[in-house]
Amino acid sequence: MTVVGYLVNAISLGALYALIAVSVGLVFAVLRQINLAQGEVMAFGAYSLWLMRSLPIWLAIVLCFAICIAGSLVLQVAVFRPLRGASALATLIVTFGVSYGLEALWLVVFGPNGKPVSMLIRLNNTVIGGAIALRWITIVDIGAAALLLGGLYALLFRSSLGLRMRAVAEDFSTARIVGVRIERVVTVAFVLCGASAAVVAVLETVQTPLVTTTLGLSLIVVALVGVVLGGLDHLGRATAGGFIVGFVNSLLGSILPEQQLVFVTSLTFLFVVIVLVVRPAGLLAPRGVGVERV
Amino acid sequence: MAQEPRDAALEVIGPEEPEEDPARLLACRAVTVTYAGLRAVSSVTFSVRRGEVVGLIGPNGAGKTTLVNAMSGFAPISEGSITLGGAEISHLPPERRAHRGLARTFQHGRLFMDLSARENIELGALAVGCSAREARRRTDALLEETGLLSLAARPPAELSHGDQQRVSVARAVVAGPAFLLLDEPAAGLPAESLAELRALVEQTRVGRDAGVVVIDHNVEFVLDLSDRVVVLDHGQLLAEGTPSYVRHHEEVLAAYFGSVPSTRSASAAPPGDGDAASGTAKAP
Repeated sequence: MTVVGYLVNAISLGALYALIAVSVGLVFAVLRQINLAQGEVMAFGAYSLWLMRSLPIWLAIVLCFAICIAGSLVLQVAVFRPLRGASALATLIVTFGVSYGLEALWLVVFGPNGKPVSMLIRLNNTVIGGAIALRWITIVDIGAAALLLGGLYALLFRSSLGLRMRAVAEDFSTARIVGVRIERVVTVAFVLCGASAAVVAVLETVQTPLVTTTLGLSLIVVALVGVVLGGLDHLGRATAGGFIVGFVNSLLGSILPEQQLVFVTSLTFLFVVIVLVVRPAGLLAPRGVGVERV
Repeated sequence: MAQEPRDAALEVIGPEEPEEDPARLLACRAVTVTYAGLRAVSSVTFSVRRGEVVGLIGPNGAGKTTLVNAMSGFAPISEGSITLGGAEISHLPPERRAHRGLARTFQHGRLFMDLSARENIELGALAVGCSAREARRRTDALLEETGLLSLAARPPAELSHGDQQRVSVARAVVAGPAFLLLDEPAAGLPAESLAELRALVEQTRVGRDAGVVVIDHNVEFVLDLSDRVVVLDHGQLLAEGTPSYVRHHEEVLAAYFGSVPSTRSASAAPPGDGDAASGTAKAP
């Protein structure tokens, strides 16, 4: 594979992590709560695709969206609402616990062996062969992320709902005094998180057609690192941070010798540690921004 | 809830109290607000009618902002009741109160710094259910009225303090409220802007038939604007009446100056009573 191939793959994985990061960033923006349970919504979506493997693909994907959005809303009511007013650190710990609990639930319900999902497997075929080795799914990844992130941008900056969301993100209590219906804004945020989780679930299961219990947590931890790297308190920077971590992760996976691939995650985290030591406020934060992140 | 008997020291001389139509009232009845055991507002009863401007004055720490916070849902009350249009709102969240026609400004603006001036104002209308088109129309009109049209695209951080105050008032007015609570709207405004602010409040009162409660350290501004004045001291209602009555109320003067000045006309006489009046009738 050539450098172009490595870069395109890195952009593709970066796009996937950007989609996860934007969900974490969105919940933090609206509620100042850290949504680590988002990974398990993705895992739930991926398992639902396995459960619906006999259905037509389009129907399975539509239902996967419905299931992820419903799962996200259930978490909002059952986990995030009772935690209103709690510190971000408390929500981090609680949602980490919820993630582990759900991971154990997947183990009980689906068993320890991965579940094969052969949906849309043709997307793994190459578009351009040879040294570049560009696959269809890589293009779909980038396209889906661009579409979703572009749509989110348009929602936030070109609609009245987005204006209300930005106001809530900046100052929750003043937005309420002005009359913004907070519960609606929070619900929309979690619907968007659910939709984003469904997109990631579909794309991830196409690329890695084996759903395992650790799928959610492994994705969310890396994405969270990216969010912290970019800046938790700014949706754009958090998303970009997710992209950067995914990009670096993929690039390391491409250039390291096969016997050293086990170090990919460690090296990614090392990269983040170095960045945070050199620029404690984050790689993307403007100068003069405080260093408190959680 | 039955109205609490007022303090014996309290005197009321004001406009004739007609049979009030509850649907046109924003009323606090024996409202008490407690912070960590401290009674910031203690059993205060007062009301404002639609189409009326009520000034809320008192020395620093008198409980004026706390009372407005309680009315707007920003601070919970521990006793008493608040009704809007005859309906109890004490336990409604702030956004529900806003949807029922209660709008407010804040002492320090509390504008959304990530939004432009225009977006700040538009939000005030959108949040209470206006369509995007109607919100834009109202915002354009207010930007024109307040002279902010050329600054509309700028974030508040790039505006002068006075312009931020204008945006803050416009954000509250744009909702077309039945009742408007203005917390220090004149703070930091140059003298020439006070007339413009007064006109905006007047337009809200008359044009929109809104009741207005105004707090400001510029007591002359409040007295000049108000139909009726409520004076708080140490969280309690000290006096209530017409502006000219309050100007000469001994306990009010004592609350502001520690004791009744020997030359009353020089300290708090109404405009026209003496040249020194307006310059000294401010909170310390």
